[in-house]
This record gives sequence, structure tokens and C-alpha cells, in this order.
Amino acid sequence: MNISETPFEFFTVSYLTRIGNQSAGTMTEFHKGLQECSDASIFHHTFQTLGIHHFLTEGFSNDFAQWAHADAGREDLAEQLAALDVRDYLSIAALRSDLCRVVGEYCTEHPAFSEQTALDRFYFCESVEVTLPFGLTARTLEEFRDGIVHLSHASFYFHFLSSRLRLQLQTNDFSHWLANGLGLETLADSVNHIDFYTNTLDGARAKVLRLIDREGRKG
Amino acid sequence: MSEVAIATRIPLDEYTSLLGQGEIDELRVLAKPLRGRSIEMINSTAVGGGVAEILNRLLPLAEELELNMRWDVMTGGDDFYGVTKAFHNALHGAPYHADPKDFEIFLACNEQNRARLPLDAEFMIIHDPQPAALIDGRKKNGNHWAWRCHIDLSHPNRAVWDFLDKFVARYDAAMFSSPEFSRSLPIPQYLFYPAIDPLSEKNRELEGGFVARTLAQYQIDPLRPILTQISRFDRLKDPVGVIRAYRIVKRYFDCQLVLAGGGASDDPEGAVVLKEVQQEANGEADIHIIELPAWAPLEVNALQRASTIVIQKSLREGFGLTVSEALWKKKPVVASAVGGIPVQIIHKHTGLLAHSVEGAAYQIRFLLSHPEIAAKLGENGYQHVKENFLITQKLKRYMTLFLAMARAK
Repeated sequence: MNISETPFEFFTVSYLTRIGNQSAGTMTEFHKGLQECSDASIFHHTFQTLGIHHFLTEGFSNDFAQWAHADAGREDLAEQLAALDVRDYLSIAALRSDLCRVVGEYCTEHPAFSEQTALDRFYFCESVEVTLPFGLTARTLEEFRDGIVHLSHASFYFHFLSSRLRLQLQTNDFSHWLANGLGLETLADSVNHIDFYTNTLDGARAKVLRLIDREGRKG
Repeated sequence: MSEVAIATRIPLDEYTSLLGQGEIDELRVLAKPLRGRSIEMINSTAVGGGVAEILNRLLPLAEELELNMRWDVMTGGDDFYGVTKAFHNALHGAPYHADPKDFEIFLACNEQNRARLPLDAEFMIIHDPQPAALIDGRKKNGNHWAWRCHIDLSHPNRAVWDFLDKFVARYDAAMFSSPEFSRSLPIPQYLFYPAIDPLSEKNRELEGGFVARTLAQYQIDPLRPILTQISRFDRLKDPVGVIRAYRIVKRYFDCQLVLAGGGASDDPEGAVVLKEVQQEANGEADIHIIELPAWAPLEVNALQRASTIVIQKSLREGFGLTVSEALWKKKPVVASAVGGIPVQIIHKHTGLLAHSVEGAAYQIRFLLSHPEIAAKLGENGYQHVKENFLITQKLKRYMTLFLAMARAK
């Protein structure tokens, strides 16, 4: 049985949504807001919204795309914004840059639409994060499995999704520890390939557990 | 001032089967650093109204987590409550002629209440405008004060808001039910949602027999589609608009409409609106106008559970918890995109939003034609409420606020 020298420590996270000072009623204002809002706001409307709305596995990607679709009525732009996959980004700056590019190009190509008033305004909010140890640690694959079973949604989200930004790597806490702590690189890779856009957090957790069980049977 | 004693105990473990052990463990993790630290909630009424309803359920849960939370209710005379009612309406945008005497009455009552309370809890949560001026009694002990506003401040009367602003700006934080309600303030403003309790009489599972008996009591046919709006008879809830939307739907579907709400008998305006609604219905047999008692949680629960589609066609809305109540029961909801409703209804994901009578009618027809989509929206809506609008989530949000405020000092 592999025993990691560095234990995996499970944390939980809780967020407050802070209402920002910016809002947008037109696409031009939306573009400006994307350029000027805080990094915490970009995080809130992309990464965190996936955690909050994890049960929406069909057609929900981020708050920006949802606003373009439901309030601004710009389906083509919504589609482009929804196609941005947070897994491709190692920093908020890079994600913001692409969001601004997509909306900026849309405004340039459709000047008439860019000044139309949306049904409802978009309010730029941001996340205030509080993290605490969940009180569980793991040194073996079995302990790790047991920890994952007992996690809350927020804790699973913290390690599986938002960790990508913290690690600034195209991976997550679980995969990082499986590879570096237990040397299980194939398992780490499989866990990292679970699609959280088409799975609920419970669905993703069930897949992680199945992969661990399969690895356990090998041993 | 008087402390509200809550007799009910709500074991936290009763929520485990609904939420999962992990969520309950997480509440305990968040509560641990707050154990023994004092929290005080202050509002203006112990009974009636959404705030009292929430605090009645929140405090027993806080006790389960060993949080030292107390709830005090401010006291005032008829003159004070007359003024605060006028302020409430003015903050919602109703016409109001500013009378200096009103402000004097407001300040005098707050001062009297300040004298009665220590106001020295580590975390002070003041609900709504009535006790807002208690901040004048803030001690120099470094405690944290937050103002929780439950009303729609998107178009407030200028004179009333300018008066309140002076107090609110001195808090450490303010919380609103929708970003739209936030104001230009020098303090952090957070999004805080009202909440429903899944174990309360209004939301817990009911026996099928009770639902059937409720329908029979009001002569509602269980075999044909039932469209329901639950709300008091108030023009801002647009009950007449609901009847007009129903009439459009009725051309295509043999359905029934239920308009049920309480409070008309002791509210002169409610009685007038009820009459208008009855006139609009014109005795049509498939329109059921039901005047419920002010507190009829089981009947509301049964009517919501029996509904095919739940409507909330408000013209203005604070939050509209009836939407969360319906979603918790996995009902497809068609609602207006006003106030806090868009937070609950993510268009085409957890329900459908409408902006007019015709729009509401169209969305209802669409759902009646596509029951599989209606069922999916209801299921998503249930999950949305489970994640965001339950009393356990509300307690979690408060604990996060306390931890964040303590960390900021």
C-alpha cells in the first residue's frame, strides 16, 4: 500500500457574494465592466458560479453567457462566452483577456446591438472566501477515498474546481496529490479528465470514487 | 425591547436525510471558531412577516451548533409603527410627503430602545429600517455591526433614504436580497437571500390524502391542470394580470386557476383588491379565488403541491419566497423578472421568466405543451433551492459573514 509522506488535508470553503459598484445595461457597458471589474468578480461569475449551479448540466456555463442569452438576447455571443472553458486558464488575467476579446469583437461587429438595452442589468459581484480545515486528512488511497465520501459540495468544489487557480496548473488538488503524494499518475490523469461542465458535483464525486475503486482493485 | 424565547428545538440531524452528512458536518466546521461568541439579532416584530418566520427557525439551528445567538424585538408605539409603515412604503417607491415630525418619532423610539439594550454582542445584526438608528448606541468595544435590509430599495423615496443612509453608512456591512437593491454606500454590501425551512409545515412532505382533501374543500378538480398563484391580494402581485394570462391560456388548454392568499380581511386595501379580482373573475367556475387565514401553512403547502404550474406574476417583489417554496416542491414556475425572482428563476434552467401578461401566458402554454421540460425545470429548481435558499444555507451565510468580519478587523 502506498503511503504518502505529505498527507492530503481536506478543507472546506464558504463564500459571501459581495455586490460590486459596477453594472451593465448594454453590451458596451458590459464590455467596459469586464475590463474594469476585480479579479474576484471574474472568478465569481465563472469558477464560483459553476460550484453554485453544478446541478445545471445542460447549457449553463457561466453568468456572463447566461446574461447574454437571457437578458441581452444575443444567442450567438452567449454561445461564444459559454464555450470558454475555465480548465484552459491558469490565471484570471488570461480568462478576463479572452472574455474581453470575445465581447469586444462582438461590439465591433454589431455596433447597433452593442447599444441596445438588455431586459435586466448585469451586476458585477465578487466572492469573499473563507476557508477552514474540514478536519480530515489522508495518507493512503483508502483514507483519501473515505475523505471524499464525507465532503460537502463546497469542499469538493474547492479541491476539484477552484484549486486550478490556486495551483496555477491545469490540474486539481486531488490529481496533484494522487500524482505527487502517491505516485499514481494514471489515476491522477483520469480524475483530472472528469468533465465538470456535464456532471453535477455529486456525479463528478461518484466518478472519482469509481476510479479510486478501480485503482484499489489493481493493488 | 424584549428577548424572544424560542421553545422549539430543531435537531440538526433531521436535515441530514435531505442535505447529506457532508453538508451538516460543514456547518459544524464553520461554527467551531464561532462557539461561545455572542450574536444578537434585532428586528421589529416577533410574529408575522418573513423576518420573524426566518428567525424563528434560524435560532434553534444556531443553538444546535452551540452558537450564542439571541433575538431581541424592539418596542414602539402606534405612532412609531405608523411612521415606519410609511417609510417602508416610501422605500418601495410609494409617494410620501416628508414630515419632520415623522423623523423625530423614529429617532425618539430608537433612542428609547437603545437605552434598554446593552448592544454589546460581538456580532450585531439589525434587520430592516425600523431599528437602523440603534447604531448610535455602538460601544467602543470593537464589535461588528451589519444591517440586513429585506426590502426593495431600487427606487426609494429620496427623503427617507437620505435620512436612513446616515445610519446605514456607519455599519460595517449591509446585506440585500438582490444586487438591484444595493445602494451607493461606503461599506461592503453582500448578497443575502431569505430562506425556507424544508421541515416547516409550509414545506414538508404531505400525505396525498391531505392534498386531495384540500382540493375537494375548495372544489378544485384534481384531474385537470391547475395554475396557482399564492400571494396576498395586493396590486403589486398583479392578481388581475394573472387572470388575464389565464384567459389566454384557457383558449388552448382546459385548465383551472387558483388565486390564494391571506390577509384581505384585516387589510382595507387587500379587501378592495380582492373585490377587483372577483370582478375580473366574473364568477367563472374554473377561477378559484381563495381567501386563506393569515397563517395557513398546510393549505398553502397542499395547494402548491397540487399545482401543475406555479405563477408569481408580481410587478414589484422583495424576494418572493413563494417561488422558492414552489421550486422546493419541484414545481415548474412562471414568474416576473422583478426583485429577487431572477435570483431564484434562472431563465430556461430553473423556471421561466416573463415580462408581460402575454409573455406569462405564452410560457404557461409552452410548459403545458412540454411536460417533460416542465419536469426538468422543476427538478433543477429543487436543486437550486437546496443549494441556495434553505435555512441551513442561510445560517452558513451568516457564519461566513461573522468569520469574514472578524478576519477583517
